[in-house]
Amino acid sequence: MTRLVAGPFNRVEGDLEIRLDVEDGRIAAAYVNSPLYRGFEQILVGKAPADALVYVPRICGICSVSQSIAAAAALANAQGLRPPENGAHLQNIVLAAENIADHLTHFYLFFMPDFARGIYAGEPWAKAAARFQAMGGDAQREFLPARAAFLRIMGLLAGHWPHTLGLQPGGTTRAIGRAEQTRLLGYIAGLRRFLEATFYGDGLEAVAALDSADALDAWEADASGGDLRAFLAFSRGAGLERLGPGPGLYLSFGAYPLDSRPAFARGVWDGGATGPLREEDIAEDHARAWMVRAAEGPRPPSRGLTLPDADAADAYSWCKAPRLAGRVAETGAFARQLVDGQPLVMSLSTRSGSNARNRVIARTVEVARLVLLLERWTAAVRPDDPFCVTMPMPDDARGAGMIEAARGSLGHWLDIRKGRIFNYQIIAPTTWNFSPRDGSGQPGACEAALVGAPVRPGEATPIAVQHIVRSFDPCMVCTVH
Amino acid sequence: MPGDLPPDASGIAAREAADEPGRHTLFWLQSGGCGGCSMSLLNADSPDLFAALDLGRIDVLAHPSLCEASGEDHHALIAEILAGRQPLDILCVEGAILRGPSGTGRFHLQPGTGKPVMRLVEELAPIARHVVAIGSCTAFGGVSAAGDNVTEACGLAFDGAEPGGLLGPAFRSRSGLPPISIAGCPTHPGWIVETLVQLGHGTLGASDLDAFGRPRFYADHLVHHGCTRNEFYEYKASAKEPGQLGCLMEHMGCIGTQVHGDCNMRAWNGEGSCIRGGYPCIGCTEPRFGERDAPFLETPKRGGIPVGLPTDMPKAWFVALASLAKAATPERLRRNALSERIAVPPGKASGKPK
Repeated sequence: MTRLVAGPFNRVEGDLEIRLDVEDGRIAAAYVNSPLYRGFEQILVGKAPADALVYVPRICGICSVSQSIAAAAALANAQGLRPPENGAHLQNIVLAAENIADHLTHFYLFFMPDFARGIYAGEPWAKAAARFQAMGGDAQREFLPARAAFLRIMGLLAGHWPHTLGLQPGGTTRAIGRAEQTRLLGYIAGLRRFLEATFYGDGLEAVAALDSADALDAWEADASGGDLRAFLAFSRGAGLERLGPGPGLYLSFGAYPLDSRPAFARGVWDGGATGPLREEDIAEDHARAWMVRAAEGPRPPSRGLTLPDADAADAYSWCKAPRLAGRVAETGAFARQLVDGQPLVMSLSTRSGSNARNRVIARTVEVARLVLLLERWTAAVRPDDPFCVTMPMPDDARGAGMIEAARGSLGHWLDIRKGRIFNYQIIAPTTWNFSPRDGSGQPGACEAALVGAPVRPGEATPIAVQHIVRSFDPCMVCTVH
Repeated sequence: MPGDLPPDASGIAAREAADEPGRHTLFWLQSGGCGGCSMSLLNADSPDLFAALDLGRIDVLAHPSLCEASGEDHHALIAEILAGRQPLDILCVEGAILRGPSGTGRFHLQPGTGKPVMRLVEELAPIARHVVAIGSCTAFGGVSAAGDNVTEACGLAFDGAEPGGLLGPAFRSRSGLPPISIAGCPTHPGWIVETLVQLGHGTLGASDLDAFGRPRFYADHLVHHGCTRNEFYEYKASAKEPGQLGCLMEHMGCIGTQVHGDCNMRAWNGEGSCIRGGYPCIGCTEPRFGERDAPFLETPKRGGIPVGLPTDMPKAWFVALASLAKAATPERLRRNALSERIAVPPGKASGKPK
């Protein structure tokens, strides 16, 4: 057996190190370490509850709006407040815009450049992959201006991105009129044009209507053009469908609430069927984290504990290990679309489960669905109705904000006593996916997904490992908030 | 000017000049932060990021969101830089320096080596021709140092407003400049690319930086400049709830009249700013950003007068002008200030402004 220490992983948000045990050219075991601790849960103690909205976006530069929305939801939950319809629409639009931008940033900047590496120089598709080269390949040069133009939505509705104070428990602070509504539609139309001409090479509706793995294969063969088809070809060549299997249990907190029902359903997918998500099943295990451990074992986040202990025995990561009724769950776009019953993702799940290829496809499906929703939500804004309502915060209250970020389920749990934050606990999506082992020795989702991955002779940071790691689109700064 | 450079024992400067005249290498290191300044950098739109790098003749050796290398390739690059074989012109550090626990730096170890990132920054900074602190965390500690500062976060050359930080108050990079503090949370992409291009063109000197190392092209302005709520400010017609149109200074915690930045003169994401987004300036470019005596969305007052007065304004004059302005507030502004949308339009136009 040989041991490799892989890291840093560039084109991953934040710091990541993975210890790999290699036997007979395959990964035998993986240990994922988040080597950074940031302390936001400690910073928040003693603050005025509303100040959470200043701090939590700054947990993460790439999911800042998601953190805001989760905090606003937790505060609203503590107050018993509900945003008016316009406020809910604009919150959903801002969150969806971040989600879309994150998925596309992952595709163009983080994931695709690996196909343009020298290691694939001999492949028949190497020439096509050159378009996706890191640091300024044609695809990146086309994508960045399109991304910046699309993110004008954030300038319009949220002041700027990342980091906004505009997403409040009772709605949003920027009421819009017909002119802004029209500009919003214009920004969405600009993105649609980029997606149809460059990313999909097809109409959004046609992509959103793909309803099975076979339909996707036929679509790929039917025409050429579009960066998604390039991905499908490269991923076949690189064997991505055989890399990085998921744990079989998938989690979604539900996304984009409207009229008390989320646009993407809340629940779990367990062994081929959907079921309800039971919040009381969530607990965080500290057995292998550099964290003070509660005497009674894993605690639910509503009573959670976050105190660093750099000398904790047996620990190898600052990341805790959240578990669902003691089990490992994967979260992210694949899980979200599966729980929502999206036909293509369900079919992909039946064919080959969650893996490095299907995680990327689920994101592209989600982007198409979200742009169609953006158009609908924008048209539904009624400029003469209220956008934001307020209500006093009780001196003692508890609240939970359970939402979906681009990378999966994000939860904030808040305990207010005597008008101040007494406890604030956060479980981020990558905390689920990149958790270390727990007290019963179960590896986290990514740790398990890496087992069996091939290691080529001489590789120190195996390309298969890089594909698998990036297929989760980890956000390590959120993980170690 | 090579003649102004400090003695260069390793001879890097000479090799650099011989290497590729006119081009500049950049190494971007993420320290203890959120990565948001990198994400903001990608929002650059006029020019966009790659066009700006072309303009500044900047070659990116490493950036965590952009470059291909991982693991061993990344370590090899750092080794080449430390050995003096790879010239380094611009070192950008993003994120606070985490010195904890107990000064060991173990809260942030470099992946793959287990070396405290603060040590890596200490090694790279003296080698770089320019050192740039990207964002308020890197400049001052920022939000990372909030609360009890459990991670012992500080900036490169400041600990809050106190000179010092990781590198100490006397630190000068090989160019002779102190660390350039592109403060902001996040920092504006235009502030970054305009600084980098000026470094590339050799047009940014010590006199272009303020006392905190911030480029004066944006830090000599106040956030108040160009505020779209100026008419409400003039008449002290103030908002009382989130989302209302009035001035945010009197009740909603806005400190834009005291905070350095051209946020309302240049757009964020095409057309935004905090205030245009409907929420107050919270002072993210300032050295003590991250902690406030009062909640961020409330204006602390003494005797009904905001504790924080506009920069350079004597209190007596502020009080006198404010009370006069309040007495003169047109009904239109009084009502619009408390509304989410314009309730009363400006008076009938004569057709011929005088």
